[in-house]
Amino acid sequence: MIELKNVSKKYGETIAVNQVSFEVKEKENLVLLGTSGCGKTTTLKMINRLINPDEGEIILNGQNIINQNTEILRKGIGYVMQNIGLFPHYTVEENIAIVPKLLKWDKKKIQDRVYELTEKLHLPTNSLKLFPNELSGGQQQRVGLARALVSDPAVLLMDEPFGALDNVTRTSIRKEFKDLEELKRKTMVMVTHDVEEAFELADRICLMDKGNIMQIGTPKELLFNPANDFAKTFLDGQRLALEFKIVTIEDIWEMLPNAMHTTKSLSANVSVWDAMEKLRSTQATELQFSNKTQQYKSASFDELIKAFNQYKNFTKHE
Amino acid sequence: MNEQQTLWQFMSMESDKLLSQTVQHIGLTFISLLFAIAIGLPLGILIARRRKLSGIILGVAGVLQTVPSIALLGFMIPILGIGAKPAIVALLIYALLPIIRNTYTGIIGIDKHIIEAAKAMGMSKSQILFKVEIPLAMPVLLAGIRTATVINVGVATLASYIAAGGLGEFIFGGISLNNTNMILAGAIPAALLAILLDGLLALTQKLDFKKLKKVLIFSSVFLIFLTAFYVLPSAYGSGLKAGFTPEFMGRQDGDLGLKSAYGLKIKTVVISDAVMYKAAFSKELDVISGYSTDGRLKAFGLKILKDDKGIFPPYYAAPIVNQASLSKFPELEDVLNLLAGRITDSVMTDLNYRTDYLHQTPEKVARDFLVKVGLYKSPKGGAGETIKIGSKIFGEQYILAEIYSMLIKGNTNYQVETKTGLGGTKICFDALVNNQIDFYPEYTGTGLLAILKPDNKIVSQISHNKDETYRYVSDEFSKKYKIKWLKPIGFNNSYALMMRQKQSSEIDVNTITDLKNYLDKN
Ligand SMILES: Nc1ncnc2c1ncn2[C@@H]1O[C@H](COP(=O)(O)OP(=O)(O)O)[C@@H](O)[C@H]1O
Ligand SMILES: [Mg+2]
Repeated sequence: MIELKNVSKKYGETIAVNQVSFEVKEKENLVLLGTSGCGKTTTLKMINRLINPDEGEIILNGQNIINQNTEILRKGIGYVMQNIGLFPHYTVEENIAIVPKLLKWDKKKIQDRVYELTEKLHLPTNSLKLFPNELSGGQQQRVGLARALVSDPAVLLMDEPFGALDNVTRTSIRKEFKDLEELKRKTMVMVTHDVEEAFELADRICLMDKGNIMQIGTPKELLFNPANDFAKTFLDGQRLALEFKIVTIEDIWEMLPNAMHTTKSLSANVSVWDAMEKLRSTQATELQFSNKTQQYKSASFDELIKAFNQYKNFTKHE
Repeated sequence: MNEQQTLWQFMSMESDKLLSQTVQHIGLTFISLLFAIAIGLPLGILIARRRKLSGIILGVAGVLQTVPSIALLGFMIPILGIGAKPAIVALLIYALLPIIRNTYTGIIGIDKHIIEAAKAMGMSKSQILFKVEIPLAMPVLLAGIRTATVINVGVATLASYIAAGGLGEFIFGGISLNNTNMILAGAIPAALLAILLDGLLALTQKLDFKKLKKVLIFSSVFLIFLTAFYVLPSAYGSGLKAGFTPEFMGRQDGDLGLKSAYGLKIKTVVISDAVMYKAAFSKELDVISGYSTDGRLKAFGLKILKDDKGIFPPYYAAPIVNQASLSKFPELEDVLNLLAGRITDSVMTDLNYRTDYLHQTPEKVARDFLVKVGLYKSPKGGAGETIKIGSKIFGEQYILAEIYSMLIKGNTNYQVETKTGLGGTKICFDALVNNQIDFYPEYTGTGLLAILKPDNKIVSQISHNKDETYRYVSDEFSKKYKIKWLKPIGFNNSYALMMRQKQSSEIDVNTITDLKNYLDKN
């Protein structure tokens, strides 16, 4: 769906983006991860031509974006930015309706869509007539997202979409965001410097440093098969927590003891981390799980850890 | 209270003039403002786009703004003549800087993320400009328009210097005629106008964008309507055109006398002394009210029309001194009297010609003159008390002030401070009465008609005889104001009507009566 081929961008002497190539498949969420200044934003903005590359080409839906009218191109791509960038002189409703108005939708259709989105994004309906500065940071971010989603573009670009929020709001919005039906059918490129966020939301992660791609792969690949020292050390700080969060019961299914059918079983989709949380919070000694094929397993805390370690050794030597 | 009533009386008596001047004033302010917006707004947008140009454009607009208003009006005359056109252009130039600068700062002050968001949503350049940049820059932009409006209301008073009308006609007429009510009749409406417009614009700055949009649409229609009021005074027709100073317009020995004694009917505009001669020279005007000793008469090839009915009494020029100053500076009177009778009409005209036309400095002209007549002494460099000399704001007075300054420095130990350019008669005279200056050169006729203002009977009795006039004013001044008229300097400076020599011989008009007959025939 989106393909970058040897894309580079220089600012004077600084090479902001160096020979970057990747592909984002339809409905995939690719996260660009890296420390500040590594070229994530530059890469992202080249996709909707807010920045034009010095070298290389970008193909969207099989078409080189260079050959497309920029304004039409941009109207077809949702864009969410860290600073939100709502129009302060427009009400919330008008802010959300900008793109449909540019696309000359009729009034009724615009209104219906705006209401639909406010509901889906849990924005209070009375906020529609307010101005952005009358909303909380979290609400503003939702408006920013609504504005990007309103015309239901197939592609969504997001630059640190939760960057402006405090930690608590950030975590809760991220959860909602993950469950949002609208987003599941989008092809997304998202930028973040937050490793946890990347791992939580990404189908694949593109790890960058000084304008170069250091590794591109699924969260699991990054964790268990780092391509180089940079990739390895980049995750080291949070490695254990990430591993627990990324490995699911399904992954360690074979290593868990069998169990009888119970009514209170958890889905095997949950992460090892979540399972351990559950054990801790319910003070239970054991948990039951069921998978898609209606098999059942049970595990205590120690059994979980043991299975997890076996899995790790296995994947590393794979 | 009494003062207020007479002001009110003046205003109601002159209500026609007041109304037309106010309308002209508003018209001038808004036409120029409209043009300034039409030019300044795009320029501001341009330099917000091309930041490199901002230095040059803001610099030029800034320099233009520092050009003194009178000078700017003066520069306009050779290019645009007199009347509304140059006044509008001058006002426009003054209004330009705040509008360009505020458009520019308004636009570059917008959060760049908002512009980026607009771009990312696929807005075109013009959509971004009209839907995002201008609306967001609007409060700052309006502040610029507000500044420009207030500046324009103020500067528009000067439009009367170049025959473009406005409330300046009363203000400057009042200053020259020492008529406080006339000054106030112009100044109060001008001030009210400034306050009113400033207040209205301040209100619009507080509105949110939605309401503002409606107000803006409404007010631009209103603006165009207002400017339409200011019908350009282009319909002068083919006859001769006269330009008279505000002072001349209001004086019995001026326009009033021309009307009553000669029955002269001529299309007349009000114009400042500073540009009048040049306007006559460049055929903008045909008849002007000059001074008989003015150097520009010679410089611009003008000819005095004979005052065959004698309505312009000759005026002696003499220093008038505060009596308190005479006792404070005992040597002063004798020194000033050194000049008594030394400058004749033709000498004065020549001295004026040197400054006005040859552009010699008043110091040089004064020194050369004193050397020639053998009165020059190099300064003693004394450390005595300081004498303050005043002068009105025209060339002849500058020269006289310099001559007196050199005489005092050369003959006494007093120090001298010259306060030149004290506007018209009123400003100079008030300064003298209030001991801000010790003396200044004045003319007997001005003392009679502009300061003492006795009733018409006395005026007609004495004003035809220069010695009687001198006696009358010196008696009255010493009684009323404790001011002494010293001995006359010699020359007479009186009003005169003038035309270009060439035109005068072409149409064979040599006297004011000739002029009246010519006008009646054509
Ligand atoms: N407009 C610009 N002018 C000059 N240098 C820039 C500009 N934009 C980005 N850079 C530089 O390019 C590099 C990559 O920037 P960016 O893509 O914004 O990084 P990230 O989004 O990963 O923090 C940085 O070194 C930054 O300083
Ligand atoms: Mg960035």
